[in-house]
Amino acid sequence: MKKLWELYSTFFRIGGLTFGGGMAMLPMLKREVVIKKKWVTDEEVLDIYAIGQCTPGIIAVNTSTYIGYQQAGIGGAVCGTLGMVSPSVIIICLIASILNQFMGEPTVLHALAGIRVAVCALMLGTVITLARAGIKDKLGLILFLAGFLLATFSPIPTIILVICAAGVGIFVNVRREKNRK
Amino acid sequence: MIYLTLFIEFFKIGLFSIGGGMATVPFLMELTTKYTWFSTEELANMIAISESTPGPIGINMATFAGFHTAGIPGALTATFALVSPALVIIIIIAKFMANFSDNKYVKSAFYGIRPMIAALIGFAVWQIVGITFADTSNGTITLHYSAVIIGLIIFILTQIKPLKKIHPIIWIIVGAASGIFFQL
Repeated sequence: MKKLWELYSTFFRIGGLTFGGGMAMLPMLKREVVIKKKWVTDEEVLDIYAIGQCTPGIIAVNTSTYIGYQQAGIGGAVCGTLGMVSPSVIIICLIASILNQFMGEPTVLHALAGIRVAVCALMLGTVITLARAGIKDKLGLILFLAGFLLATFSPIPTIILVICAAGVGIFVNVRREKNRK
Repeated sequence: MIYLTLFIEFFKIGLFSIGGGMATVPFLMELTTKYTWFSTEELANMIAISESTPGPIGINMATFAGFHTAGIPGALTATFALVSPALVIIIIIAKFMANFSDNKYVKSAFYGIRPMIAALIGFAVWQIVGITFADTSNGTITLHYSAVIIGLIIFILTQIKPLKKIHPIIWIIVGAASGIFFQL
């Protein structure tokens, strides 16, 4: 019981005190689970991040699930996950209900419009980083362009596009290996 | 039954948004056309607030979208649905597959998925950029010039090497301040 509470409260702290999730969370995560709690080593954190990046879901949450499971089984996984998402749920529900009351205020509207502009700039940066990291060769470029065009001009659901891209990746790599042999 | 629909939609998002919080954006964008839960502009507000509050962005957005759709029960439903597929998958990986990320097929699948996810996020961002910097409501396209200039300045500044390390929250504060100052 004590362990489960420790997992919940540790990940609650990490979730509640870091802005941005994912990579932005790494320094805080290391301080809490590597240095303070000694649950995992530096290298293990990077391994867990690597798994988090190639599994569905939110990387920060996946990390808390993984460490929670290692420490205390399925109960630990659930407690770690709940700890990580609890601050978000509380803070966002508060902000959303407060915001509903102030939505008519001109200052709030101007600030939000300004934040949207900044977020667009930040998201463009994210897309560039992701494209640079993801497009390794001609096939990557073709998939990127095809994905953009299909998302723009076709009604194909996003999920189908992701599944097809995974299929293309596996098909091409398996064939390359056969050709090598 | 709104909660069941919310659960199913966010469970699907949790299962297929791979590679971080921003990967949920294309799926949320799809929801704006499928349901009347929230508009593209409201989604842009949600992203803006999710980026400027603590916690993982993907979770913040699911909570926000759920709250917007069906209050606090909606927020809890959407968040729980978003994390449950990963919870199961991660437990299985932690138990059986220590070297999951080195697996040949996993690597090959991601070789295809990564550029696709980048494209899908790019498309979603393109749509949000559209409604942020231009007004098409009365049939003609009117650019919000001051917003375009501020956005360009912030974008260029964030791409300069020594400034890349500045935390995004600082740029969001700059955005909010210039929004109030220039009456965007």
